[in-house]
Amino acid sequence: MELFTQQVLAGIATGAIYACMALAVVMIYQAINHLNFAQGEMAMFSTFIAWQFLEWGLPYWLAFILTVIVSFVAGVAIERVVFKPIENAPVLSHVVIFIALYSVINSAAGFIWDFTVKSFPSPFGSSPLFGSSLISAHQGGMVAVTLALLLLLYMFFSYTRVGLAMRAAAANPASARLVGIRVSWMTALGWGMAAALGSIAGMLIAPVVFLEPNMMISILLYGFAGAVLGGLTSPGGAVLGGFAVGVIENLAGTYIPVVGSELKLPIALVVIVVVLVFKPAGLFGRVVVSRV
Amino acid sequence: MSVQKETVAHHDIGESPEGAQRAIARPAAPGAKTSVQTRHILFVALLALALFIPAFTKNFVVFQLTQTMVYAIAIVGLNLLTGFNGQFSLGHSAFYAVGAYTAAIMMEQMGVSYVWTLPAAGILCFILGFLFGLPALRLEGVYLALATFALAAATPQILKLSPLEQWTGGVQGIVITKPDAPFGLPLNQDQWLYYFTLIVGLILYLAARNLVTSRTGRALMAIRDNPIAARSMGVNTSLYKASAFGLSALYTGVAGALGAIIVQFVAPDSFTLTLSIGFLVGLVVGGVGWLPGALFGGAFLLFVPNIAENISKGLSGAVYGLLLILLIYVMPSGVAGFLQMIVSKARGGAK
Repeated sequence: MELFTQQVLAGIATGAIYACMALAVVMIYQAINHLNFAQGEMAMFSTFIAWQFLEWGLPYWLAFILTVIVSFVAGVAIERVVFKPIENAPVLSHVVIFIALYSVINSAAGFIWDFTVKSFPSPFGSSPLFGSSLISAHQGGMVAVTLALLLLLYMFFSYTRVGLAMRAAAANPASARLVGIRVSWMTALGWGMAAALGSIAGMLIAPVVFLEPNMMISILLYGFAGAVLGGLTSPGGAVLGGFAVGVIENLAGTYIPVVGSELKLPIALVVIVVVLVFKPAGLFGRVVVSRV
Repeated sequence: MSVQKETVAHHDIGESPEGAQRAIARPAAPGAKTSVQTRHILFVALLALALFIPAFTKNFVVFQLTQTMVYAIAIVGLNLLTGFNGQFSLGHSAFYAVGAYTAAIMMEQMGVSYVWTLPAAGILCFILGFLFGLPALRLEGVYLALATFALAAATPQILKLSPLEQWTGGVQGIVITKPDAPFGLPLNQDQWLYYFTLIVGLILYLAARNLVTSRTGRALMAIRDNPIAARSMGVNTSLYKASAFGLSALYTGVAGALGAIIVQFVAPDSFTLTLSIGFLVGLVVGGVGWLPGALFGGAFLLFVPNIAENISKGLSGAVYGLLLILLIYVMPSGVAGFLQMIVSKARGGAK
């Protein structure tokens, strides 16, 4: 039983990483109705920018805020420069552009900052939380920040004009345009916010997994999995999904023989697929009903 | 919206036989309007060119062209699923791997001739694809992408599992001996495999083309365009969708077997998600819903990473990505859409 509790706690700690990423994934899904394959790389690049600010001697929180702003602007810029010209291209062409962006950002980061592993400081310190050796103060802080972001997003999407406009633009672009919402800019705003969220996720994750150009690949996969498990239309579900993926992954690694660390990812994914077969819109997703 | 589209399509059919053909070969088929004759001439000319190429080029080029055709076969398979049936897959590297390992194990451990490994790989992959297609019936869009993605992620790990090592060779993989040309034909091994792949590819391509223009093909496309309407017209959507998955896996499995034979080596890490993504990129580059586009896609898959590497070693990934973005800018619907545009421009000019 103690082993079980330990593994669940450890799972929640890693799950916090995935939850963070899942939140960013859902964010962009709300704005553009796609999964963005380049999301992880965008977060990684932002984290490198933060690292560069810190190298130049800026204090942590100043670097943090600057990075979020830079990422937001960069996200908007990517939408305007790369996606605006091809907004009418078929869906699969967009997917290919995501793959291309992924390749560009990954390669550029490796070129500028090279592929050696760098350490990244934590604002919360790394001492154990409440004397427990399973969750460190940083991981506790990460969970707290994720939950705070979730709350902020919820308020933004439920109570502000812009938030409501963004939801309208994503749900029904034609009607949204008719009531005077600038749909195309709402999409750009969504990209900006997703990039900003991604940068926060990156800066929180980097102290745990260390900073290098390929750090985000597996995390993004778990983030996707968490987001899909929770339901792509529900930020709260995505966060819960992220935690669940962390726990499932840890328990599968511990209790199922043969699995070991290599098969953790496939097992976690299989569990998710099984859930999806029974609940096709995710655990908390809205079932979309379309008229024929 | 869709109701409106359908009425237009029916109108076309009523008006002229040409309209009917266009409605059937709907998505971006550049040849749809060119006369059947021109297309046949083009086809024969290309085939003649393909027959004579090995006589004039170096062995390495012949090998590269063979590899292009192998990728093209896999992309045709993916096209049947995605382009004609509207199902998304990131898991085709798994079927490619199954095909490749089937060929390797049959040839090296059972001593079966390479020719018989292809049908075996095809049948095995059809069954696997069909079975995987059944749970996938409940999933759509990104959810299906994630499910197939799980398949791709699991494949290399499963191939490495220790209980299977006596067959798969574990991390080491399996080395395959290249077959010689039969009947004493005056060809070296690379040239023979080129012709062998060409024949297999041609058969598979013609089969796919016939399928797409048949009643079954129309049912597949009806499911893609409007599943509910298709079902109410009496199409067994579940059966067709699962079969489309199986068929698509069959093509990819045969491609995998051919790929293993020409590369002479299989190892778990050749069959990662990157390969699946590559097929998807190839599909989009060639043109979704246009079968001959697969050749362009295959060529892109093989040559563009090399070109990017040559332009800049350190930034090869960035160059590759930029080339890809540029290509989508110039041809948002792939080579298919681009050719269609040229054809319609030329027509407009002729008038």
